[in-house]
This record gives sequence, structure tokens and C-alpha cells, in this order.
Amino acid sequence: MKRTLAVCAGAGLVALPFVYHQPYPLHILIVILIWSFAYTSWSMMGRFGLVSLGHGGFMGIGAYVTALAWNHGGVSPWIGIPVALVAGGVLAVLVAYPCFRFRITGHYFALVTLALSGIVLQVITATRDHTGGSLGYTPTRYQGGSSLYALQFTGKTTWYLIALSVWAAGLYAWHQVDRSMTRYALEAISEDEDGAAAAGVHVTAEKLKITVLSAMMTALAGALYCQYQMFISPDTVSGISISLQMVFAVVVGGIYVSLGPTVGAVITILLAEVLRISFGTRAVGWDNLVYGVLLVLFIVFLPKGILGSLLDLRRRATPAAPPRAQTGAA
Amino acid sequence: MLALRSVRAGYGSFQALFDVSLDVRAGEAVAVIGPNGAGKTTLMRVISGLIRPTAGSIAMEGTDLLATPGHRIVALGIAHVPESRRLFPRMTVEDNLKMGGFLPAARPKYRQRLDFVFELFPRLRERRRQLAGTMSGGEQQMCAIGRALMSDPKLLLLDEPSAGLAPVVVEQVFELVKRIRAGGINVLIVEQNVQQVLRVVDRAYLLKAGSIRAAGTAAVLLATETLREAYLGV
Amino acid sequence: MPILDVYLLEALINGVLLGGVLALISLGLNLVFGVIDVVWICYAELIMFGMYGMYFLYSVFHWPILAAAALCIAGVGALGVLLHVIVIAPLLGAAPINQLLATGGVLFFLQSAATVMFGIEFRNLGLRLPVLKAAGMFISYSRLLAFGAALTGMVAVYLFLRRSYTGAAIRAIAQDRQIMTLMGVDSRRIYVVTSALGGALAGLASCLLVLLYDVHPFVGLTFGPITFLICVLGGLGNFVGGAVAAFVFAELISLGGLYLDLEWGYVFAFVFFIVMMFVRPEGLMARRS
Repeated sequence: MKRTLAVCAGAGLVALPFVYHQPYPLHILIVILIWSFAYTSWSMMGRFGLVSLGHGGFMGIGAYVTALAWNHGGVSPWIGIPVALVAGGVLAVLVAYPCFRFRITGHYFALVTLALSGIVLQVITATRDHTGGSLGYTPTRYQGGSSLYALQFTGKTTWYLIALSVWAAGLYAWHQVDRSMTRYALEAISEDEDGAAAAGVHVTAEKLKITVLSAMMTALAGALYCQYQMFISPDTVSGISISLQMVFAVVVGGIYVSLGPTVGAVITILLAEVLRISFGTRAVGWDNLVYGVLLVLFIVFLPKGILGSLLDLRRRATPAAPPRAQTGAA
Repeated sequence: MLALRSVRAGYGSFQALFDVSLDVRAGEAVAVIGPNGAGKTTLMRVISGLIRPTAGSIAMEGTDLLATPGHRIVALGIAHVPESRRLFPRMTVEDNLKMGGFLPAARPKYRQRLDFVFELFPRLRERRRQLAGTMSGGEQQMCAIGRALMSDPKLLLLDEPSAGLAPVVVEQVFELVKRIRAGGINVLIVEQNVQQVLRVVDRAYLLKAGSIRAAGTAAVLLATETLREAYLGV
Repeated sequence: MPILDVYLLEALINGVLLGGVLALISLGLNLVFGVIDVVWICYAELIMFGMYGMYFLYSVFHWPILAAAALCIAGVGALGVLLHVIVIAPLLGAAPINQLLATGGVLFFLQSAATVMFGIEFRNLGLRLPVLKAAGMFISYSRLLAFGAALTGMVAVYLFLRRSYTGAAIRAIAQDRQIMTLMGVDSRRIYVVTSALGGALAGLASCLLVLLYDVHPFVGLTFGPITFLICVLGGLGNFVGGAVAAFVFAELISLGGLYLDLEWGYVFAFVFFIVMMFVRPEGLMARRS
């Protein structure tokens, strides 16, 4: 039943742009899909208690490395993006390895990653001669605007399908990890690191693996965002605000559920659009204001997020299946 | 002075005390003895307000302790010396004693109380600037008792003061209890060291598996079989 | 080359002066963490609001500077108490990461509130203090003043913690939370006092920083991350470690700014931090347990 529902929904999503052509809603959907992918990437780590407040840094790297490689080096994004992913991965290892190796967890880890995203923003601003600094950066248009080589397309349909596939791939990755030994290892680690190590789990290696995966996926999100919007600036793709936004969306949507981050993305992006439309330019700042208040309220009252809490409610509503009858003596 | 009636208490789903009733009358020193795990520490914590009972009543000189917020119980004259001392390790002896005298009512008497404690424990005066965590077990016990005395209490709760101390030091501790008693402070002492404690108190209760099994004067309890049964199960 | 030496010396001195203010900020953070066991990641934003307060009181309403400073310190202190009572206190039993995220929400909120209320333009206090010329170096009086005030603030906090009863309780509660009631200490009250003190230190820092830098809603992003690195390296809750780390980082930023753009100074500091994690993972001054 659940399977057929998912297939139908999937087919519907794929068919959508061919049936419904309005560019603006499609644009919103694309943005939602890209950010959902980014948020899902974050939750790959976040669900195991490895709360990073620095994923804005990885997204920024993904976006800027791809754009810089194209503009300055003439390197096609088909190569630029993998390079950006590697860069993100390397940075993740550089920062996470000492943290994990020396048991820097919890508060400390969150603060270090927070500083990381702040520093990435500083680097982007400092190299303003190359990156345009806070004014932003535009990848140069290739010929007509639509090109597979340059990974630039004018049609929203193409981008929609790209974003949809990447988002689906993200969910797939989430589920793969969920089903793997890694998941159990990481859950054990999050409960009792020493106990897990005593049981033979390679704590540092496991944590590092999921961190690198998460970082690279986030970098991919940044690269896609860059290619789609054709404009990036330090504030829109990197920095503490982006990092916090990620955490906020996942917390709102539900951190332990695969579709939670997506729900969070839908809510936050739609909220931002609504505010932008109703307030116009006066909306600057109001969306984050609302986020801030909502984040606090959610943490206090609904720490499992909307989807998470709903699922909890449903689980409590359905009575547990009766135990199988005992055979033989008690 | 102190009256417990049918007190029940525990930790979550684990119940540690079952219908405990006891008294400490003015001028008395009372002991609660019993084997390991009997609930003696829980009893102390319930009296000093560290945990709340699930049923029953506790009154100090008529004041209902259950209606009193935990941090106000010391103002009623009850000072608790916790199990394993619980000094502030990175603060000096003098600072630890100062914390004992935190009570607004005790602050004007700080100098007097400090002198009183130093008189009782000359060793502490020598080590007043030493970090509490660096002292020996016996010295820490003295500091912990001294800290409790800083609030000028009417009733001193001592939780296993001899635990983990060398025999010589243990003797000193019980001598101390006698002196404190002689100074007019009531004492409720919880102990595993039966022989020694029954020599310094007037009455005692036997607590086993959360219930009072016996009560009486120290002399009587020393003599009867009840104790031997309780401890050795013979 | 004599000229290069002078610039270097000037940068070193400026580093020390900056270090004073950073040490003050890290003291505030460490105080709150040591006592309440929560990191206010919106601490820099509290400072930002204090800076706006100074700007409006002094440059717009023309209050005398000392009165403005006094009100700012008290005001941010009150903000600290509000933060604790509204956000932190309900979450005291929750997972630490939730507490952290909640202060993240407050960070968002404060930045956005400032954007909405004050706009994104840079504001300057407009107070021109003289520049001292000594041995070929230019040392701005503002920086000296900031350093002096920061030092005074830290000494005042030290004396308060050492001498007063409440100060003793604050030190004690960080070492053994559970037995505080046995001494008649109401933990909740101590948390409120600590929050007020942490806020007041932020207020003092804001008075000093506004002398040196322009204020805008995102100014917290420039020194915020550095402050966290300082506290982590010095050991969260370790006052002395934080102060030492503050001066080290300040020197790195100052020297980095000498040879390159200011932002590179921050990058140096971060790289240094990563290296230090490999070399001394327990932090600069590990607390001996």
C-alpha cells in the first residue's frame, strides 16, 4: 500500500512540469527541491547527534568552487562540481578529524563548526578580487544560455527534473544509510561512545564517513543552486544564517524522518515567499525574525519537529499488535 | 523536634522507603543503622529536601517540611553533611565554610561561627587556604562537618561520616560527634559502623530494606539479637 | 628595517589591546557556561544590540557618554536575564543540543529584529578620540580606553566572585550543582544573577567595541565565531584559559591584518585553532581534574 502510494506520488512529481507550465510555481518547486536536498544532507549527520552548525560553509564551497572554476578556469561544471565536492570533503576531514579523534563532541563540536561556516564566509569576503565579496558572483553565461556542457539551462522543466532527481537521490542515500550497519554504529556511538568502541566500532572512522558524505552532498546542493540561480553571494549560500536555517528547517520538519527535512524546506520557503509577497521590500529581515521565534518555540514545545511529532501521534494512536500466543509452558 | 510520619520515598519507579516514622527530640542524638542499601541515605535526603517524599509527613519544630522549598530547609535549622562529603573541590577550605554560612541569618555571625569551627577543628585553621579537593579523607570530613555547622543549626544530619576513613580517624570523628552534642546541637546520624555509633547516641532505629525494624535506646539495641539478625540474616 | 619593526610593534600592541576586549567577551560566555551549562551562541548579537544602544543614546539622543554606557550595561544585563527566563529556563532539562539551537533561534531573531528596526546601514558612534603618537607608532586612544575598561571589568568580576557570598555561590554551583540547596542557595536565583552578569559583561564589551567599529545588524558575525574558538581552545568554563586564548587570537588577528586584509586575520586564527586541536586537544589550559 505504502509502496504504490510512493510510486504514484513519484510519477505525479515527474509528470508535473509537462502538465503544468507556469514558471513561477515551478521556480518555487525547484528551489524547494534543492534546499530539501541540502537539508536532507545535513540531517544525515544531525540525526545521529552530530549537530553541525557549519554546513553553510560546505554549501558555500560547493557554489563558489564551481563558479570560480568555470569563470576563471573555463572548467565545465561537469568537472568543476566533482572538484567542489572533493574540496568540501577535504575541509570536512580537516575540521572533523581532530574533533572526532580527540572526542570533541556536543557543544564543542557545534561551536567549532559554527566558526567554520563563519570563516568560510570571511574567506569569500577576503578574496573579493576573485569572488566579488559581499556583492556576489555570477557564473558567465555560455552561448545561448542552454547547454549541457556548461550545465546551464533556460527552461525550468529541465532544472525541475534535475532537482527532482538529485532530491530523490538524496532520499535514496538517506534510506541506504538508514538500512546499513553505519546507522547502528552511529546510533550506538551517539548513546555511548566508549561502549561502542569497546564493542569494536571504529568510532572516528564511522563519524568521519558520515560527515564527509553529508558535507559532499551539501556542497552538491550549493553547486546546483549556483548553476540554477546563476548568482551567488556569501549570505545566500554560506555563513551562519544558512547553517542555522538548515538546522531550523530540519527541526521543524522532523530530524529522524527521511521526509522531515523536505517538509521543513516546504514550510520555510513558502513562509519566506508569503512574507516577501505581502511585505515587499519591507520584508527584509522579517522572515528570519519569524524563523528565530519559531525555532525557539519549536525547540521548547516540539523538539521532534512537525512530521516527527505527527508520526509519534500516529504510533501512539494505533494499538500495538497483540503478542503471539505462547507455545509450550511459560 | 523532628518528626517523620509514614514517609514513603523513592527514585522513579524504585521505592526506597516504606512508611518510615521516627523522631528526634530536643537534646537528643539519634542514630539510624542498617545494612547497605537499606535506604539510609535516601532518608537523609528526604529530610534535608534533596528529594521529595511521595507520601507521609515531615515536620521540624512544627513546621511542615513538605511545604518548604528545598533551599529554605536549612533556614529551619537542619544542616546536612552529605554522604562522601561533597565539598567544592576547587574552592578553599575557607570558601567552603563560607558557603556553609550562606544563609542570610548566619552571615552576621560569620566570624563567630568560623572561630567555633576552627576551635573544633584546629587542623582546618592551618589549611584554610588549601583547596578542599587536595585534602585527605579525614580532613575533608572535618571540613564538611564544619561547613554544616557554619549555619548554626539546631539539628545536624550526618550521613555515614566514617565511610572510607582509617580507623584512627573514625575514632576522632565519633569523638567529634560527642563534642558537638555536648555543644547543644542535636544529631541524627546514619551509620553502618554499629558498635561505635551506638556509643555516642541516645537512641537508634534499625532500617532494613526501607522499613524501620526496631527502635530503642542504644544500650538495649546493642544487647539484643535483632541487630545480629538484621546484619547477618542469622 | 626599522619601519617594518615599528609597524610590527604597533600591530603587537594593538593585538594586546584587542585581546582585552576579547577576553572580556569570553569571560561572559564562560561564566554562563560554567554555571548554567549552556552556550549562548547569540552572545555576539547581545553585544550588537548594546552597540546600537550606545549609538542611539550618544549620537542620536546626545546623552553624556558615561550615562549612555551605564544604561547600556544595565540594559544588556536585563536582556541576558530575559534570555534566560524566556528561552533557557524552560529548556534546562532538555538535551544540550536543543539548548544550543534555541539560542541559535535567538541569534536569528536578534539579527532580524535589528535589521527591521534599524536597517542594514553601518552606523558609527561619531566619537573621535585622539591618537597617541609614541616612538613612531600610532596607538589610538580608543583602543587604550577599551583595554583599560575591559581590564577593570574583569577585575571587578574577579573581586565579586572571590569576595561576595553570591560570587562564592556562583563558583560553587559550577562545581557541585546538586548540594547547593543544602546551603540555602536557590539555584534558579543564581542562574538569573549569572545571566544578568553575563549580559552586563556583554554590555560593557559593546560600549568598548562601539568605540572601535561601526555597528550594523550582522556585526556579530565578525567577532562571534572567533569568540567561540577562543572559549573552546581555552576550555569552556575555564576563565583563565579563555583569557589566554583571547590574547593569542587577538595577536593572530592583528598580525594577520598587518600583512593582509583584516579577514585573513580571522582565517589565520581558525587555521591556528585547527592546528592547536591536533597539538593540544584538551585546550590551551586543560583543567586538572
